[in-house]
Amino acid sequence: MKPMKRLLAATAVAALALPAAAQDMTVVSFGGAYGAAQRTHMIDPFMAATGVNILFEDYSGGIAEIKAQVEAGNILWDVVDIEVIDLERACSEGLLEVIPRDILPPGDDGTPALEDFYPEALASECGVGVIFWSTIFAYNQNVFPDGGPKTIAELFDTEAFPGPRALRRRPQVNMEWALIADGVPKDEVYAVLSTPEGQQRAFAKLDSIRDSVVWFDSWSQAPVLLNDGGAVIVQSANGRIFDAVVQEDRPFEMVFDGQLFDLDVWAIVRGTDKIDLAHEFIAFATGTVPLAGMQDVAYGPTRRSSNPLVDPAVVPFLPSSHIDIGLKADGVFWADFGETLGEQFNEWLLR
Amino acid sequence: MADAATTPTDMRPATPGPRATAATADVALTPAERRAARAELRRNRLMAFLLVTPLLVFLTFAFIAPIATMLFRSVHSPAVAELIPATLERLSEWDGQGLPDTATRTAFASDLRTLFAERRSGRLGEEINRVLPGASSTIQGTARRLNAEDPDAVAASGAEMLSALNPAWDQPDIWRALQRAGQVYTDRFFLTALDLERTPEGAIQARTSARIYIDLYTKTLRMALTITVLTILLGYPLAFFLAQQPSGRANMLIIFVLLPFWTSLLVRTTAWIALLQTNGVVNSTLMAVGIIGEPLTLLYTEFATVLAMTHILLPFMVLPLYAVMKGIDPSYMRAAMSMGARPIRAWWSVYLPASLPGLSAGAMLVFIISVGYYITPALVGGTDGQMISNLIAFHMQQSNNWGLAAALGSLLLALILVIYFAFDRFVGASNIKLG
Repeated sequence: MKPMKRLLAATAVAALALPAAAQDMTVVSFGGAYGAAQRTHMIDPFMAATGVNILFEDYSGGIAEIKAQVEAGNILWDVVDIEVIDLERACSEGLLEVIPRDILPPGDDGTPALEDFYPEALASECGVGVIFWSTIFAYNQNVFPDGGPKTIAELFDTEAFPGPRALRRRPQVNMEWALIADGVPKDEVYAVLSTPEGQQRAFAKLDSIRDSVVWFDSWSQAPVLLNDGGAVIVQSANGRIFDAVVQEDRPFEMVFDGQLFDLDVWAIVRGTDKIDLAHEFIAFATGTVPLAGMQDVAYGPTRRSSNPLVDPAVVPFLPSSHIDIGLKADGVFWADFGETLGEQFNEWLLR
Repeated sequence: MADAATTPTDMRPATPGPRATAATADVALTPAERRAARAELRRNRLMAFLLVTPLLVFLTFAFIAPIATMLFRSVHSPAVAELIPATLERLSEWDGQGLPDTATRTAFASDLRTLFAERRSGRLGEEINRVLPGASSTIQGTARRLNAEDPDAVAASGAEMLSALNPAWDQPDIWRALQRAGQVYTDRFFLTALDLERTPEGAIQARTSARIYIDLYTKTLRMALTITVLTILLGYPLAFFLAQQPSGRANMLIIFVLLPFWTSLLVRTTAWIALLQTNGVVNSTLMAVGIIGEPLTLLYTEFATVLAMTHILLPFMVLPLYAVMKGIDPSYMRAAMSMGARPIRAWWSVYLPASLPGLSAGAMLVFIISVGYYITPALVGGTDGQMISNLIAFHMQQSNNWGLAAALGSLLLALILVIYFAFDRFVGASNIKLG
């Protein structure tokens, strides 16, 4: 080919492939402090080790965007960080690829992968666990100098603790908390929520605070709202408040009562044409050392071999240190009820 | 254009001007001249067509095709028919009374098990849930447990298994929902968009659960009207003032109108966030001056949406008004006043009617743009400042209910057309002047 022709061809290819030109793979996660930790310990080392270029994007969770891509056959994302509360639904609706377990390397201490990972981290065939985390709430100590809400019930008590509280705009977690606040024992929450009466009860409880709720979409908004006064109490992933307290020295108090214990996993969007690269990335990112790096934002590692690398100072802030006062998020429940309650929740919001 | 070549007079469009055409009209033409003229005409038409071809292609792909797709999607819903064709075939013989026969229910149980194994039952649940709210959890839960059963057992006694797994399968409602969702061409998206629903028997009634869409359309129209009135109140005096200035100063001042117009929409909207938030400029100023003790909730309200959109759409009002006002001869007003009219009277009887075309154009532009506005309400509107476009976007991106989004979009389009024709009927579209 003559140079001129080649140049023209290259230009044409570049022009056609412009939106996807610069990267070899797109990895999507939740951004903010958590995204920064993933970039430091997973994305950047992988790019350095392999020379693969990764476009690292943010989303606000949920399965809608993945679903839109798969149903339209227009796959823009390759690897996605998904909350386990959404994982079973995405997996059983055929939005994710099955990840073979033999791609996972043994731990740095030589333990085979299947024994090294906690069983929860590999419970779904569609995902490989990245972190143990939990949904907690936090308040601004400056607003409640005499002590803020200590329980989920107090979070719903707008008389004792007035002021806007920020919740994530989705039924997940909020419905569970509404029932806990209404006096349902933690181990019966999902059984009650399976019944229409239980769902009505949860919505009625949410009704009682609806005028005080500020809704947000992305976890990264939670510490911001608490900081700029948009809310005096926020629902948050525990690591984001930890980051604001430790890195930025904010006067925020974390409350672990009623924490909804969950995992995040790496999953692969079904129909991606970069499946081998995606496997390679996931195998790398769920190695002993990268997983231990998640302690930067107080998220627990999903491999046992990472535990010795966790700073003892972080341990009290890990969700696993408060497991007895929490509740495990039920991905199977949300796989069955996600659509139904999602619709009801949106209608409730607009009512 | 097609019948232009029927008389000899019309056959020589290439001749330089009307006078020349008239002069040569009675001269008889030779057949050769006629042929040449016809060829010339064809060439001209082809040239004209070629010149507009890019625009036609662009319009077809960027405008007509998407709108046609939207209209089609609002009535076309093939998903369920593709997921459970065998069950639907059997259900078509069912009269909707009591339960479908055991064979049908057993066939459905097998279908459902297969769908779960293929990971497609979620799609079915999603579709049925739109006809019968709550059905998704019944379908997904049943499918998950059927999948744990032996396929032969399901094929043999699926009907009993359904009953055992969830009592909902012993009610006719869910079967009617399956039957109705299986219709490939459907009016249900439009019914939902109008807050209507069908009873299990098939009659149309007002929706029993939440009614949200009619309220939202009303609110959208009300907000668009408020914004239009506000832009008139702010824009008319401004345009009047600009039109009275000597042209040098007017040109400089018009830059101030255009400057925000050239600034990115996102930047302007974000600026309002900075101004209105709890610890923002407005609240801290008011508190520093001592007018208020507690910060006001300004951001994430309908007020914020109206305020920001009025600011953003103001140039669409000022520019057509200014263009029309520039063309109004100042001597008219002077003449009216010299004949004894007071300034208000002169303005009312002379200036206002003359500036009305600009006012109509501005009002129409602002109103139509704001009815379909999306980005500003999404950013500053919170929950109660949302407009219908935000819900359309929600159904496109979040709930993946494209049929409903298409129906809501089609209704919005119809609404704007109705408003435009009403406007044309009472004010006259020919009265619109952009400059």
